Formats: sequence, C-alpha cells, structure tokens
Amino acid sequence: MKKNNAASSGRAPVGRRLLPLLACAVLLGGCAGTPRNPDDPLEGYNRAMFAFNEQVDKVVLKPVAEVYDTVVPTPLHIAIGNVFGNLADPWIGVNNLLQGKVADGLGDMMRFLVNSTLGFLGVLDIASEAGLPKHDEDFGQTLGRWGVGEGAYFVLPIFGPRTIRDAVAFPADLAANSAWEPGHIPTRNTVTAVRITHERWRALGTEKTLEEGTLDKYAYVRDFYLEQRRYKVFDGAPPRVYEDFNGASAAPLGNGVDVAASTAVENLELLGMGGLQLAHRRSVDEPK
Amino acid sequence: MKPTRIMKRLLALICTCLALIAPVAMAADALAPDVLVRDVTNEVLAIVRADKAIQSGDTQRVIQLVDAKVLPHFDFRRMTMLAVGRDWRDASPAQQSKLTEAFRTLLVRTYSNALTQYRDQVIDFKPSRIADTDTRVQIRTEVRQAGAQPIGIDYMLEKTDKGWKVFDVVVAGVSLVTNYRSNFAQEIRSSGMDGLIRSIEDKNRSLEAEQARK
Repeated sequence: MKKNNAASSGRAPVGRRLLPLLACAVLLGGCAGTPRNPDDPLEGYNRAMFAFNEQVDKVVLKPVAEVYDTVVPTPLHIAIGNVFGNLADPWIGVNNLLQGKVADGLGDMMRFLVNSTLGFLGVLDIASEAGLPKHDEDFGQTLGRWGVGEGAYFVLPIFGPRTIRDAVAFPADLAANSAWEPGHIPTRNTVTAVRITHERWRALGTEKTLEEGTLDKYAYVRDFYLEQRRYKVFDGAPPRVYEDFNGASAAPLGNGVDVAASTAVENLELLGMGGLQLAHRRSVDEPK
Repeated sequence: MKPTRIMKRLLALICTCLALIAPVAMAADALAPDVLVRDVTNEVLAIVRADKAIQSGDTQRVIQLVDAKVLPHFDFRRMTMLAVGRDWRDASPAQQSKLTEAFRTLLVRTYSNALTQYRDQVIDFKPSRIADTDTRVQIRTEVRQAGAQPIGIDYMLEKTDKGWKVFDVVVAGVSLVTNYRSNFAQEIRSSGMDGLIRSIEDKNRSLEAEQARK
C-alpha cells in the first residue's frame, strides 16, 4: 500500500527520490568508467583535456616542430635553446633564493651575467663549461618547498600536466619569463611561437616511446609527472625503496612505503618527511 | 723423499688455491657494477654511432643489438615484480612467468626503438662508491646534450649469483619500472592478472604488426 501511495502521490516525490539516485549513478558511473587514482580526483576532466591537448599537438605543435627540426640546422637549435635558457636563468635564481639555496641562486645570477656578456647575449652557454651548472626551478617548486601541498593532478589546456599548486604558480613563471620579450607585438608573438616550437622540438621522439611502451598513455604521463615533480621539489627523490614481493624478505619499511606509494602520497606528509628522508639518503649514500 | 712429498703437497695446495681463487677473481672482474654499466653503454653507443641502419630506425637490427649486448645484464623477473607491486604475490608461478615474458617484450621493443633516436649526446659516468659488501648499488650517469639541461639516468643493480643485474632504470628521478605500477594495478583490479597479461600481449602484437609494416 505504501508503495502505491508513493507512486501515486505525483511526480515530486519520485523526482526527489530519483535525483540523488541519478547523482549516485552518474558518480559511480564516472568512477567505474575511469580508473580511480587518489592523486587524480579530476580524472574525468583531465582525460578529456589530455585528449584535447593530444589533438592540438597532432594537428599543430608536432608538425611545426618537425619542420623546425628539418629546416633549422643543429648549431642554430643549440643557440636558440641557449638564448631562451639564458633568459630563464634570473627567474630560476630568484626561485633558488626564495627556497634558501643561496649558492645556487647566486650561481644562476652569475650564469646570466656571464652568458649575457661573454656568451654573446646567451647564444653560448659558457657558464656551464666554466662550472656553473644550469638548474631547474620554478615557482611551483618554491611553493612546494615552502610546504604548500600539491593538490590534485590537473591538466591545463595546451600547457599540459600540472598539479593544482603548480597551475596556480604557473602564471608567475609565465610572467617572469616573458618580462624580457619586446613590447612590439608582432615580434613578441614571433618570440613566443619560436619558444613554444623549440620546447616541443626538444620532446620529439619521446612521445613515440610513450605511445609504444604504455598500456595507458594518460596514466603513465600523469604518474611520471607527479613523481618527477616530487623529485624536483626535493632536488632529488626521497630514497627509493625496492620491495621484494616474493614475500620472504619484505622489509617492514617496504610495506609502509608501498602503501604510501599506491595510495595518495600527501605532499605535506612527504614534506614533513623530507628532511628525514634526505638525512636517510645521505646515510645510505655513505660507504658502510 | 721427504722434500718431494712436501713439494707435491705444496703444489697441490697451490693448485687448489688457484682453482678456488680463479673463479672468484673472474667473478670479481664481472662484479664491479660501475665498470659493467660503463662498458656496456660505451660498447652499445659505439655500435649505434657506426650503424646507419639503426640510426634510420631499423627495428630488427636494434633489437638484435640489445638482445646480444644489453639484455643479459637485466633481471626482468625482478623488474616485472616491481612494476606489478603487491599483486605479484597473488599471481601463480605460470602467470608470473607469462607476465615477465610479456613485460620484457614490451620494454625491449619500446626502449630499443628509443635507441634509434640516439645521436650525439655525451654520457657522463658519475663516480660511485661501492663497498665490497654491497648487494645493491646505484650507478649514476648523466646524458649531456648541447643546448639542453643534462638528464640523469641511474641504473639500479643487484648482485645475483649470475653477476650484477640491472633491475631498474631511473630517468630524471622517475623509475621507468615502478611508474607502471598504478596503471598495472588498475588493469588487475578491473580484469585480473590474466587481463593484464592479455593487455600487454595485445600491445606487443600491435607494435610488432606496426613495425613489420614499415
């Protein structure tokens, strides 16, 4: 009787009951359709954006980079890379300083001075040969060092893989790196186009390996990006633990780290462990 | 006749010692993992540099090279175990060996192809401190290319009774082996261990077909 009542009492209750059910179905459907990964709650959106980026790459970026590869001679590739690399060094230095790595930061500034003058406006990277190594820093890494958690994995249009933290930091990098560009709009656009083309050119060949070597390119790229970012934030990975899944000699630590690796590794948690891990790493590196 | 007896005994002793030492000395030769990595890398790159067919992307040829020079130094069972993670324990021995075979084929095809992209990069071998008692070492190398930042490539080796074997390659801080783990775990959750094996085998077949077409 109750059933009947509910059924005959009009649309509203049915609707009220259906709606949450529908929402559940959509949510569950979304979850069932795509692999669940605790680092990647936005997977549905991310996969769509990844597919879009792949399409843009296939149609525009990659063909242009291939032309750039064949038309431009190797010495010029190197020179162009050096010039962009040189213009990026001051911002890299600022980030090193913000992270408290004073020697590295000053080294980056020195690089910029040396390469801009003796290196003919950055065409030659003589600083590297003089023993001032190039670093890889950006504002996202600085925020990570400061203890900002990385948040969910997030694929940006065109620019590709980020975490929420890195996506928030990205405009600062973009602004800092285009501060050098000329005010003349057509020139500025050309510079930007060459820079993007050069970046894409550097990655030519890797996508073939990705395409061939993975069952799910999206997942592989995501996991690669996340692990590499963590490595960069700590300027060296937390010590790697290799478990033995034959069961016999699994170290107690191995289990814990495995769990940590397969479930979401909260960046904050990692950061807290960072010092400890670095210390551990040093002791591991020490000869016994 | 005493001296001769002593001489004989001494000779026997020396012979025994030599017999005992020789394999150890030879093993010690094969043992130094940094030397192993450097020699294999240099030898393979020298061949690639001289071989126009490989440079133009001849897959069969490069796989032959890798098969002969590189693969004997890899422990694919260990690599597969690390790529799969804890689900490895639940796999039957038959599944484990099928999976190892499939994963090995996938890795060999993919990274042999990557070798055809090699041009004029310089490999720097970082000094590594290895104690005699170490059973697991990390050999650091750096690939330098003009106009780009160097990329770190580290080889993890483990001492086995067949000498040092590579069980992981870490590129720019990312393990190429464990990076498969979340994807493989997903595959196992949705279609089981056999599903994962099937997926990798399918991938291998389609790659093979694609490469045969060229």
